[in-house]
Amino acid sequence: MTLLHTESSLYQSNDATAKLAAVDPSRAGQAATDFVEISDVTLSYGGDEGVTAVEDLTMSVRKGEFAAVVGPSGCGKSTLMKLTTGLVIPQKGRIAVDGKPVTGPLDIVGMAFQNPSLLPWRRTLDNIMLPLEIVSPHAQRLRKHKAEYVARAEAMLDLVGLGGFGANYPWQLSGGMQQRANLCRALIHEPGLLMLDEPFGALDAFTREELWGVIRDLHQRKKFTVVLVTHDLREAVYLADRVFVMSARPGRVVLEREIGFERPRPIDLTYTGEFNDVVHELREKIAEARADTPPIG
Amino acid sequence: MAQTDIVSPPAKAARSGPDWVWHAENIGSPVLFTLGLFLVWEVGCRLFNVPESILPTASATLAALWEFRVVIFDNMIVTLWTTLLGFALAIVIGLLLGVAVGWHRAVYSAVYPALIAFNSIPKVAVVPILILWFGLGTVPAILTAFLISFFPIVVNVATGLATVEPELEDVLRALGAKKLVVMTKVGIPRSLPHFFGSLKVAITLAFIGAVVAETSGASKGLGKLMLDAQAAFQVPIVFAALLVLSVLGILLYAITALIEQRFTGWAHRSQNH
Repeated sequence: MTLLHTESSLYQSNDATAKLAAVDPSRAGQAATDFVEISDVTLSYGGDEGVTAVEDLTMSVRKGEFAAVVGPSGCGKSTLMKLTTGLVIPQKGRIAVDGKPVTGPLDIVGMAFQNPSLLPWRRTLDNIMLPLEIVSPHAQRLRKHKAEYVARAEAMLDLVGLGGFGANYPWQLSGGMQQRANLCRALIHEPGLLMLDEPFGALDAFTREELWGVIRDLHQRKKFTVVLVTHDLREAVYLADRVFVMSARPGRVVLEREIGFERPRPIDLTYTGEFNDVVHELREKIAEARADTPPIG
Repeated sequence: MAQTDIVSPPAKAARSGPDWVWHAENIGSPVLFTLGLFLVWEVGCRLFNVPESILPTASATLAALWEFRVVIFDNMIVTLWTTLLGFALAIVIGLLLGVAVGWHRAVYSAVYPALIAFNSIPKVAVVPILILWFGLGTVPAILTAFLISFFPIVVNVATGLATVEPELEDVLRALGAKKLVVMTKVGIPRSLPHFFGSLKVAITLAFIGAVVAETSGASKGLGKLMLDAQAAFQVPIVFAALLVLSVLGILLYAITALIEQRFTGWAHRSQNH
């Protein structure tokens, strides 16, 4: 426990450059292009007596980077999602996305959750186009330029391997296909930042690996920034450029780990020894973070 | 990448077996069963020699139905109208109240106890008050039909709105959607099956409410007719009116069920998937 704390205080140092240097000196220069910056953020729910979800949380994600956040359950990963998208405003600290402080909902963000939550009364194509009916300038243009947007949505479906399924209703799709459609919906308005909250958690192992491929290729092609919240370590290591390990509640980042595997990464990578070494290393950190869990109060 | 999770295209709602099987199951059997009931009624009455003032035979009831068809029809129209007016009122008020209650947690907790308290009052007890206020016309019957039938509509609409997945709401709100947009795009379409489902319950209740009010005091209507016939020991008319009531009940239910099917087909996905 004492060991962990000295370590975490090192990583919590306010100097972002020093923090990065502690992890990987070669990348230190890139700190200037941070797309998501979270510094010293504290958020508690339910007033003074409430639960502190995150405390002095500091992390930053570079533009175009694929970041993964892992941690024991209840470590405030979902709170991190809400903070970054402006759905909740922290009591303390500063959050900025694309250089601008976050003060309310952000439409340059796309979100996808474990539950695909597609609307059962809409065909898949209409489901995917839902964000276009809300985000400006698309909402105003949609009616007049319908064909253009339909073409865009169909291209998006093709990209995730759902070509030709636009006319089907969600219940006619398998779980994996629904999750693909969910990704399309999150990306249709071409957000600069994609936030994923355990999007593959409810899928079987084979489908999950397929979807890892889908998101890997999407990221490769479209170059958006991704923050993936997950508790699957193999998923985090396989997909991410950098993994953040969060402690138990109140959540804070206790470890950052650059994942240096070359891209594009074949799925076979996940069966190699070096891959497993990284997973194992992270796993130990999480075990320490869990042992640190304070009694619920 | 292999597409292992492909499903077959949607199959049409398949009827099992040939057409005559379907007809036999869905039309033949209910008709046979109903005829059987009438037969038991007729034979039972004759076998045990039940006096007509207690329970008239099926044939005597049908004869009375034919003999007094004009009076019965006139009163039926009145009952039908009061039911439908009360039902319409219940839809409008129920929808408005349901949307208000489902919109906000605060409204929900404020209004819900009062609604439940109100719903627990037996409506028969309210009819005399309504008669006191509005006199012996159709108004008390309309209001009773409304009072008894709006509650399920409120509850169902509110539930439909309140159970929008929080993740979906987050997705939309993060895009900048206001509450109104979340409601029109998601909440209201989502609550439609609940709403139409509640209509089936509400129409039957409205019908009961109208007849109950008529039997407590009215100038016209099937309830009033039954009351008068009973006072005159014209028991076959009472039973003829009951027959008409039940047929009307089935018809009203069937119509609302049909409307439900039409508007919320997506919620009744085919069984073969």
